[in-house]
Amino acid sequence: MATAVLRASLVAVGLVWTLAVQTVQAEDVKRYVVEGSRAAGLESCVEPTERMRRQHMEFIKHQRIATVHEGIRTEKYSLSGCVDCHISYDQERVPRPINDPDQFCGACHAFAAIDLNCFDCHAAVPNGARLDATAIAAHRAAGVGPLVQSRRDGEDR
Amino acid sequence: MKDENEASDAAVDPRRRAFMGVAAGVTAAVVAPGVLLHAVAAAPRSEAVTDDVRWGLLIDTAKCVDGCSACVAACDRENGLDLQSKPEGQSPLKWDSQRAAWIRKVKLQDNQTGRVTTLPMMCQHCEHPPCVDVCPTGASFKRADGIVMVDRHLCIGCRYCMMACPYKARSFIHEEMHGQLTAVPRGKGCVESCNLCVHRRDFGEESTACVDACAAEGHHAIMFGDLKDPASPISQLLKEMPSRQIREDLSLNTGVRYSGV
Ligand code: SF4
Ligand code: SF4
Repeated sequence: MATAVLRASLVAVGLVWTLAVQTVQAEDVKRYVVEGSRAAGLESCVEPTERMRRQHMEFIKHQRIATVHEGIRTEKYSLSGCVDCHISYDQERVPRPINDPDQFCGACHAFAAIDLNCFDCHAAVPNGARLDATAIAAHRAAGVGPLVQSRRDGEDR
Repeated sequence: MKDENEASDAAVDPRRRAFMGVAAGVTAAVVAPGVLLHAVAAAPRSEAVTDDVRWGLLIDTAKCVDGCSACVAACDRENGLDLQSKPEGQSPLKWDSQRAAWIRKVKLQDNQTGRVTTLPMMCQHCEHPPCVDVCPTGASFKRADGIVMVDRHLCIGCRYCMMACPYKARSFIHEEMHGQLTAVPRGKGCVESCNLCVHRRDFGEESTACVDACAAEGHHAIMFGDLKDPASPISQLLKEMPSRQIREDLSLNTGVRYSGV
């Protein structure tokens, strides 16, 4: 009897937990799409949401071979694409590193206890065009020099 | 001779255009007096690179100026090497020898005549690269278009390639990095070297950062182009001007050639 009750309550806890996660994820996803970005105009990401959730790592892993070894830059899947569409900004319009524990990549990875280091090397904010020397100096003076801290996903500074 | 080069730079070579494929509407390099601006790409590459081209450089040491390091500075900026900072407490001497550098300015002196030559030295993009031979993981590789580079996803940081390279072209990243550029990922524990501005290649641009910088200074000591195309300006100049490979005794068939040494 005791075991049955325990089992039932465990199942209930599990269900509530799963629902809660999905709700949180749904809200977060909405919050994490940059206004006016490519993703904002799409029903789902480059694949249906369910596939993206489960397989995004496979997609970008295959893509990286095509890009690094064959120079193909127009693939559908792209890590910098994740960053472009899913970055968020603070009040000063400074982009928050996407692997921060409350950001698009970092939040899920921290939650799922996945320890990744994509952003040890890859830019965690849209960082395509270089700032000129004066802008860099100004940023340094304002104390926002190293905006991106390389560390594992979801790790606190 | 300079004028002639500029003129040929401005022309769009048909083979090169075909190679670019999707890059329809590629604009030719714009030549202003003394300044060579690189063309902005029309479209990124959508097909795998092929060995129809082999990218290379020709460095005219007679035009390379002692004391100038515009190419080094431009490379540092283009490839985010200026984002490195000296670890606290490290001696400036050690930092100088350990910070990643893709181009070094080298000064040669003939002790008998006293003649001094300066030249930029970078990865020579060997046809038979020793760095690739020794790499245990396949991280060091040569792209079909002749660019030798490191796949950081595979590099384990063993640094065999650094030992094998006769040109001291490779650097190891010793420290965690911050603020990397999107086009040039970089992180602690991997080896890297000049990749002939591979992001520019893949987006159909005409030149490299060092070539642009040298031209902007008015020196025009570096020329970039396709070694396989006999009509390309670089092939034309190679045909005309005596040049050599550094350490040609090693038979690596380097993609970077020097004249006047
Ligand atoms: S110069 Fe050095 S790093 Fe470059 S291809 Fe040759 S051996 Fe490899
Ligand atoms: S350091 Fe990296 S690229 Fe160099 S030999 Fe080792 S695994 Fe290969």
